[in-house]
Amino acid sequence: MMIPILILVPFLASLFVPFLYTYVRSKKIGWMVLPVPLILFVILSFQIPKLASGENLFYTIRWLNAADIHFTTHLDGLSMILGLLITGMGTLVVMYSIYYLSEREALGRFYMYLLLFMGSMLGVVFSDNVLVLYVFWELTSVSSFLLIAFWHQRKNSRAGAKKAMLITVTGGIGMLVGFLMLHQMTGTYSIQEMIGMAEMLSTNELFIPAMLLILLGAFTKSAQFPFHIWLPDAMEAPTPVSAYLHSATMVKAGIYLVARFIPVFGESEIWFYSVTFVGLLTLLWGSFNAVRQNDLKALLAYSTISQLGLIMSLLGIGSAAMLDIPGSDKTIYTAAAFAGLFHLINHSTFKGALFMIIGIVDHELGTRDIRKLGGLAVFMPITFTIALAGSFSMAGLPPFNGFLSKELFLEASLAVQHLALPGVHIWIPIVAWVASVFTFVYCMIIVFQTFFGRQQQQPAWVDRGAHDPRPGMLVAPFILGGLIVGLFFFPNVLGKWILKPAMAAIYPSFVNPESLVPHIAAWHGLNPALWMTIGIILIGTILYIFLRQWRRIYTIAPFSWKIDNIYALLLIQLEGNSYHLTNKYMTGHLHRYFTYILLFFIAMMGIALSFVWRLAFDFSEDSVVTVNEYILVMVMMSAALAILFVNSRLIAILLNGVLGFTVAFLFVVLRAPDLALTQIVVETVTTVLFLLTFRFMPDWKKERPRRSVKILNAFIAVASGLIVIITALMVQGNRLFDPISEYFEDAKTLTGGGNIVNAILGDFRAFDTMLEIVVLLIGGLGVYVLIKLKHKKDGDGNENQ
Amino acid sequence: MKINDVILRTVTKIVVFIILTFGVELFISGHNDPGGGFSGGLVLASALLLLYMTYDIETVHKGIPFDFKKIAGLGVFLAVASSAVPMLFNNQFLNQAKGDFALPVFGVTELSMVLLFEAGVALTVVGVVVTILLTISEDVS
Repeated sequence: MMIPILILVPFLASLFVPFLYTYVRSKKIGWMVLPVPLILFVILSFQIPKLASGENLFYTIRWLNAADIHFTTHLDGLSMILGLLITGMGTLVVMYSIYYLSEREALGRFYMYLLLFMGSMLGVVFSDNVLVLYVFWELTSVSSFLLIAFWHQRKNSRAGAKKAMLITVTGGIGMLVGFLMLHQMTGTYSIQEMIGMAEMLSTNELFIPAMLLILLGAFTKSAQFPFHIWLPDAMEAPTPVSAYLHSATMVKAGIYLVARFIPVFGESEIWFYSVTFVGLLTLLWGSFNAVRQNDLKALLAYSTISQLGLIMSLLGIGSAAMLDIPGSDKTIYTAAAFAGLFHLINHSTFKGALFMIIGIVDHELGTRDIRKLGGLAVFMPITFTIALAGSFSMAGLPPFNGFLSKELFLEASLAVQHLALPGVHIWIPIVAWVASVFTFVYCMIIVFQTFFGRQQQQPAWVDRGAHDPRPGMLVAPFILGGLIVGLFFFPNVLGKWILKPAMAAIYPSFVNPESLVPHIAAWHGLNPALWMTIGIILIGTILYIFLRQWRRIYTIAPFSWKIDNIYALLLIQLEGNSYHLTNKYMTGHLHRYFTYILLFFIAMMGIALSFVWRLAFDFSEDSVVTVNEYILVMVMMSAALAILFVNSRLIAILLNGVLGFTVAFLFVVLRAPDLALTQIVVETVTTVLFLLTFRFMPDWKKERPRRSVKILNAFIAVASGLIVIITALMVQGNRLFDPISEYFEDAKTLTGGGNIVNAILGDFRAFDTMLEIVVLLIGGLGVYVLIKLKHKKDGDGNENQ
Repeated sequence: MKINDVILRTVTKIVVFIILTFGVELFISGHNDPGGGFSGGLVLASALLLLYMTYDIETVHKGIPFDFKKIAGLGVFLAVASSAVPMLFNNQFLNQAKGDFALPVFGVTELSMVLLFEAGVALTVVGVVVTILLTISEDVS
């Protein structure tokens, strides 16, 4: 029960924040939000010993038995890592944001979105049912959209938000299809049950498509090449958001998904190749592009892309342990997945710290352009120290945690030599090494171009009062800085308590989880990995020194390519074509729309009828038609016919009313008072609507349509009428399914309600009713928005800044 | 031209209360007799429409200062939330619980969760119908 509540708490909190904000209109609101992630973090931490002893926490809240969709939560080692990151980073980011955002911002909205995100992200990692997972997955995209566009008056914010949304949601829908395919294969929506059936899946013809679609979801979310383009644009968000969503948590969702599905898909070579090589390509492209950035935040964005690629490729190499390769020791591959998880945590610490530091620099000096910055070390010593720790950790230097996971990464890239697969043993180490060199270079750019050199600028900083920010703002990056160093000295604590259960979750088929957790040591002899690191430092330093000389290559063809252009082109094409197409059929003529609707009805019902074509009409059980009913039907028919021949709109409306009220009478005669009542009131309300709009309608002109249109109209009229009659008659004579009327006869005992109509509406088919009123609400809001916005169209003055 | 509508106004004042009472009666009795959330809500909405037609929007708004969009939203929230409540007690979504309660004045009465659900339906219907008609009438006037 605990985990569902954990997921629910941020959602409830996010509901209350706007109300709270109307009373507390100051920064205090942040302090009130802060306990939410903090308490969640503490509660989660208390579960660590339980998980370390090999336990898993399952809890199911049954939702829909008929559809097999339940809110099943599952806390194991893997979701624990993400859960701790989400709540832990959440605490730090909320704390940081209290000082970062000024009181003039819409703080209520900000924290509402942030908590919404926190809840949906917890939902993603704790859900075991794939459909529930999907819903939370898309909710993270939506809350990310809202947070990127937090400063929605800026054009770039809106464009960035739209881009992120379009790309991640497209991937999400692909993933949904993948999930449905998996359901088709396994007959279950539970991930754990799918893992249990993994062995029989690989021969299924849906196996590969399902895998690729799920990977599409993971790659778009985790900004893998070529879908990485949304991440740099997402940097328009306030810095706390970038630190939280776009480096520490949301972009890790794709990595989580890949790790989660390794037991299902790991046996396939296609999985190994796509995850590993997409990861490596992302790593290379991201680090290569990070070097050319001038905006510190954009640099960090590309570095995040590259680091995500690194983790992804590690998981890919790790999945090689599932491949059916005889002989070799599998633990050299599981060590790669171990390194991936380790780096996942390390990346959150150092990248979170760096984002916060950049935020501080931007906050204090009003710029984050490295061409304008320089020499800040003297003015901001504490900030500088944390930045140094973060960057050197990212570059893979001791004594910081990044060094440990980087060494493990290099070892893993060499370990694939033992894998007898084509194209693996040369390319993986080379790409890993080259990308690491670029990583080293951009890490040096962060430290040296921001905090050293350019002495001539120092007087300017004195004028602008450059100094370390208030202590409160430094607390969060300082804690992360402490972790960066702490994890270097005590990595095996993390390995034992957190990573071991996670490894057991990734490799459930390995009986001995102890063998999955290698001992991490800072000094591991002069092995090839260390030589590679030394090479990285040497070449990296040389490249950094001569940066100005070789930077020109970014203007040469394949290096200057931007995938953004493809996105922009596709978007323009899509918008243009959709506009064109929609204009073709949305002509504004009601007649046209009725034609579409009825033709669709005729086609669908015609196909359905032709499949069950048994013209067995059975009148034996029909009751006798009375004179009253004949008369009422006659009145209806003559009213309907008369509408065709009148020449005034008023009379037509009146006749339509006659028709409606006669139907109501017919209901009375047939003893259906509920329907009669509803029909009468609906008829009344419709008449009021007519009265409102009556004098604005154009003159009633008799149309003289062409012959072909007339024939089509006649066909539609006759065909729809016939289909309705045939269907009604056939229903009596054919029993395709078991009758459900026995439910209705027992309505009183089943539901307690004596009125069958309401027993159906409120109980038997309550799901329909619930969704219908949702549709009703959407329809009502649609009318409201369409009419109200029509007037405001001219008045968007300050929209595009 | 000023229309003399004294009779309409006088009649409305009385009739509205009869219709409103009827709407509530329909809503409550829907459990065992004709009525229910949808028709009850429609009748309530039609009473409001009569008020809006007889007097003008501003006058009615002074008396009934509700934002009907929010009422519709509240209705949907009520219906969905009351559907989810059974899940907290290990029942399925939309499982409508019921029970007999000894109440003062009414005696032993059967109360059911479906009442909340139907209340949500009724509020949505009222909210949406009034919103649509008010929006359109504000647009044309």
